[in-house]
Amino acid sequence: MRRIAIVPAFNEEQNVGSVIDEIRAVDPTFDVVVVDDGSFDGTAAVAHARGARVLRLPFNLGIGGAVQTGFRFAFENGYDVAVRVDGDGQHDPAELDKILAPVLAGEADIAVGSRFAGSQDGYRSSRSRRVGIRLLASVVSRIVGRRVTDTTSGFQALNKKGIALFARDYPHDYPEVEATIMVFRHRLRSVEVPVSMRERAAGRSSITALRSVYYMVKVLLAIFVGLFRRNVVPEEGS
Amino acid sequence: MTPLVVSIAGTIASVALLLVVLELIRSHRLRERYALLWLATGIVLVVLSAWRDGLNTIAGWVGVRSYPPAVLFAVGILFIIAVLLHYSTVISRLSDQNVLLAQRLALLEDELSTTSSTK
Repeated sequence: MRRIAIVPAFNEEQNVGSVIDEIRAVDPTFDVVVVDDGSFDGTAAVAHARGARVLRLPFNLGIGGAVQTGFRFAFENGYDVAVRVDGDGQHDPAELDKILAPVLAGEADIAVGSRFAGSQDGYRSSRSRRVGIRLLASVVSRIVGRRVTDTTSGFQALNKKGIALFARDYPHDYPEVEATIMVFRHRLRSVEVPVSMRERAAGRSSITALRSVYYMVKVLLAIFVGLFRRNVVPEEGS
Repeated sequence: MTPLVVSIAGTIASVALLLVVLELIRSHRLRERYALLWLATGIVLVVLSAWRDGLNTIAGWVGVRSYPPAVLFAVGILFIIAVLLHYSTVISRLSDQNVLLAQRLALLEDELSTTSSTK
């Protein structure tokens, strides 16, 4: 069973190295692929030095485009299982086993690590962002008909079916919310697994307050219009 | 006072604009990020067309006394300018990225030809 860890990173030279090391420490069978989303700093060099494969994008595509590059790579190289671990160090590789378990057991096509599903263990983000996350979670839960607590989590594991879907079609800009609904409409099985996440180790997030509002409006529009699309079910094989 | 026919025609036209934009998004021909300004245009024009007292009041504020629907034109033109300006920035970004891609491709081709000729 071939496994790949996709690590999107934008200007994360301070964090990406330890993320790679931690993934290897948890499970050495993972091929680590860093998607360098047009960084200006030494992200690609650091990742190379740690022996990861590096896909360098010629300019910044945003998180959706970057992650999809990783899924395309996984799909074309025939990987069986993929995990996404963000290069900012927020996703703790020590929690990988938890999100991998349902996928390896064949219980789910996609498993997403949620900060809010289990115990409230002190994950802190700004108040406005928490409100936004909660609003989106309630909208998404209503649409997919089950409780989704963390729609903004990118910490996920997927099998071949999930890889194939996301390699073909993945939302842009702020992809996790729309991706959750996409997975539901394609009738893939998804589960949420409680995990704890960390504060980013160094540097700052690329999401500012004004941007959050813009993303929010954009995502709600995408969800609303998406409701009027025909239901889509995945093609077999390909 | 705004003639009733003008209000009705304006409302129909701006609702049509909104529906066309939404349909373009639905059929994947327009990205949400480029649709937001168009939607804002449509919504503002619907409100100004249908809310007749509002249009008159706003016309009063900006000193248009003889023919309040002129405000509709002004607002419409303002939004068109905003959309065009936005597109200019989008085109600028795209052409920068295009240059980068061409340069990257040239470097890659060179790399490919040197590695294959040394074999």
